[in-house]
Amino acid sequence: MILDSKSPIGPLAEKWTKHKFNSKLVNPANKRKYEVIVVGTGLAGASAAASLAELGYKVKAFCFQDSPRRAHSIAAQGGINAAKNYQNDGDSVFRLFYDTIKGGDYRSRESNVYRLAEVSVNIIDQCVAQGVPFAREYGGLLANRSFGGAQVSRTFYARGQTGQQLLLGAYSALSRQVANGKVKLYPRTEMMDVVTIDGHARGIVTRNLITGAIETHAAHAVLLCTGGYGNVFFLSTNAMGSNVTAAWRAHKKGAYFANPCYTQIHPTCIPVSGDHQSKLTLMSESLRNDGRVWVPKTVELAQKLRKGEIKPRDIKDEDRDYYLERKYPSFGNLVPRDVASRNAKDVCDEGRGVNETGQAVFLDFRDAINRDSEEAIRARYGNLFDMYQQITGENPYQTPMKIYPAVHYTMGGLWVDYNLSTTVPGLYSLGEANFSDHGANRLGASALMQGLADGYFVIPYTIGDYLAQIGPSPVDANHPEFAKAEKGVKDAIQQLLSIKGSKTVDYFHKKLGHIMWEYCGMARNAEGLTKAKGMIQELRAEFWKDVKVLGANEELNQTLEKASRVADFLELGELMVDDALNRSESCGGHFRLESQTPEGEALRDDENFAYVAAWEFMAENAPETLHKEPLVFENVKLTQRSYK
Amino acid sequence: MKLTLKIWRQKNASDKGGFVTYPIDGISTDMSFLEMMDVLNEELSAKDEDPVHFDHDCREGICGMCSLYINGHPHGPKQTTTCQLHMRSFSDGDTITIEPWRAAAFPVVKDLVVDRASFDRIIQAGGYVSVNTGGVPDANEIPIPKRIADEAFDSATCIGCGACVAACKNASAMLFTSAKISQLAMLPQGQVERMTRAEKMVAQMDAEGFGACTNTGACEAECPKGISLTNIARMNREYFSASVKSENV
Repeated sequence: MILDSKSPIGPLAEKWTKHKFNSKLVNPANKRKYEVIVVGTGLAGASAAASLAELGYKVKAFCFQDSPRRAHSIAAQGGINAAKNYQNDGDSVFRLFYDTIKGGDYRSRESNVYRLAEVSVNIIDQCVAQGVPFAREYGGLLANRSFGGAQVSRTFYARGQTGQQLLLGAYSALSRQVANGKVKLYPRTEMMDVVTIDGHARGIVTRNLITGAIETHAAHAVLLCTGGYGNVFFLSTNAMGSNVTAAWRAHKKGAYFANPCYTQIHPTCIPVSGDHQSKLTLMSESLRNDGRVWVPKTVELAQKLRKGEIKPRDIKDEDRDYYLERKYPSFGNLVPRDVASRNAKDVCDEGRGVNETGQAVFLDFRDAINRDSEEAIRARYGNLFDMYQQITGENPYQTPMKIYPAVHYTMGGLWVDYNLSTTVPGLYSLGEANFSDHGANRLGASALMQGLADGYFVIPYTIGDYLAQIGPSPVDANHPEFAKAEKGVKDAIQQLLSIKGSKTVDYFHKKLGHIMWEYCGMARNAEGLTKAKGMIQELRAEFWKDVKVLGANEELNQTLEKASRVADFLELGELMVDDALNRSESCGGHFRLESQTPEGEALRDDENFAYVAAWEFMAENAPETLHKEPLVFENVKLTQRSYK
Repeated sequence: MKLTLKIWRQKNASDKGGFVTYPIDGISTDMSFLEMMDVLNEELSAKDEDPVHFDHDCREGICGMCSLYINGHPHGPKQTTTCQLHMRSFSDGDTITIEPWRAAAFPVVKDLVVDRASFDRIIQAGGYVSVNTGGVPDANEIPIPKRIADEAFDSATCIGCGACVAACKNASAMLFTSAKISQLAMLPQGQVERMTRAEKMVAQMDAEGFGACTNTGACEAECPKGISLTNIARMNREYFSASVKSENV
């Protein structure tokens, strides 16, 4: 199958307008005859469900949490980008497009990214109209801050809780449609499979997490807005429940999975404190606006720090290495995430890490507090500082924060075309669950932008084109494919329950996480990846022989939920390794030790790897087939990314 | 640390339920409370006993999913969410009692898990500005004084965890409901539907079986996000003014 991105031809700035005009429309009276399933209620899912219901479609919205308001978008801290140019500092749609393409290390599709930048301005308008309380200046207009990878101030924010406020905005729009009877909500319900009929997605199979009931739902189209797969690493900044199951089951039903090896390791997270650790907490990148990153200049000083013989404040400025400011004078502490993370790893590998484990660097607010006052810093980051103190027991107003990179976001995901359609017609993917806009590295404050762009402003147009073509006749819920998919799900659950092995689900999940972090984390090479592949295969075989899942299906069974998700992570992990092995260049968050510049920066190989790697599932435990979507750059010149 | 845990176990909604005591050892002060629960559950699983079910998700204090009633306080001794409570707040040898939220409008699902769909229905009754996607004015066409925006933000920061209900002797949801009503009553975007919103949300709150407010202030004292009682005062004002002026009664 040849991957057709369906990117419209013509000048970049006119593509989306033309495409919207050329898309077929569903007449208003017919919209109510179409049913659309939305899985996941984060920014992408909630905004899509609400917007489609407003148009008149009948929507069913599913989430595994007890309320749609709890989806993990809620935890995004720093902000949302938009090319409003309210600051008069030279921003434009093209500049946001350019920064995003460059930030993604030239591994994203021009047409999608331009559209993202284009609709970014509408998102802010929409959210303000909903009553989202963005930060404001004294004159009453919206405030902005800077984020990594940009030299303009285009990030809108609501203290350190931007994701929360945007999600509650989308949730309120969704709630309004629930009240109007246009959306039916299914909380505490997990999608277990996609049902396809004649190659088109026609419904899903779900498990009610309270009763265990396995049910089928028919629809004209299915939207997967189910987030990323960072929890394959066990430790990540994702929520405990975040998982790849919906996307992975769709993959096994024919949806190609693109660039699975592109994972974002976020530079500013609270370091690991021990084996008991269940998750990692992010400290927003916005902190790098005012915090300065440093480690001691010498290993000796670092050792003294680790032993507690000296305090961070005892170290004089001339003995500190503000390594980001030193190496990247023009971007300084605001270099993109992949660059900041790799540099933190490097200085720690040199033995200059600053906590007991040697796996941490300082993020210091001393100078900002002296310059702007403690009060000013509290107004900007108060809740983040409180959170840090609660978790670590240290006061960051008095002593520098300790930070270390952690898995945060996955740029890879289901392959989608310009219409956000996967390779299965009728099956769409939005937000972090798809691969589309961030290339090999996502810039800060762009995830919220993409989730809401997809849900509010892209899918309402593109889905109409498909629905108009297939027509409104009802989907046959009694088609044998539904019963077949339902049986498959029931059998898989029974299999998990019948193993009655000796090791817990967490045992396998932690082991998988260690393998992924060690060999498919911040730095990768062929030898390590090959080794990891074998280890994952062995672990997966052991899982299916020896996992212990207590209880039954017909009850709330959190162990069973976890087991079913970890089973999918064990398959995805191998594909990530395959993808990382295949891509022997370095780009963005994917750093192959074999491919670096003399200064140790990521070295791309545009001649051989300027493509999207889209993987096709063939059969259980069989190698997947690689399809390539060439990336064509008509509007930007590919350069070695430099933030010096 | 060595601890004794007294945990509410209840098989399902119709089971009567009761406390079960579990000794636990080797707990580090760096662990979060929920990581301590993870350790317990790994031990229970090893012994083929059903793990303790509890709600949790983001584990960074923002999703509002975690909901444990610890030693007589929602989210435990500190004014934070359970997931942000760390074991350094306890001492070696302590006995810790862990219960679910207790409220008629939050029925127990299993063990420590409760059903909070009633909160969703309160929001569905009117906790929004009725604007469709598209066709809205430019964001900077609605200037809002910083003080108002900040105050609205303080109300909007509610995470919907239900600690206010669990803390209240009447199981009242006034703090939760008033936070949303206040946020939108303060902002220019919320003015058009201001009165009907207050009426409908209060009516839904009552219909769900939440109790009345007797100004004890336990909700404010226990709220992990510091939502202020002034929201309740504002909601009362909104509601009374709506019941006088509104045409929708």
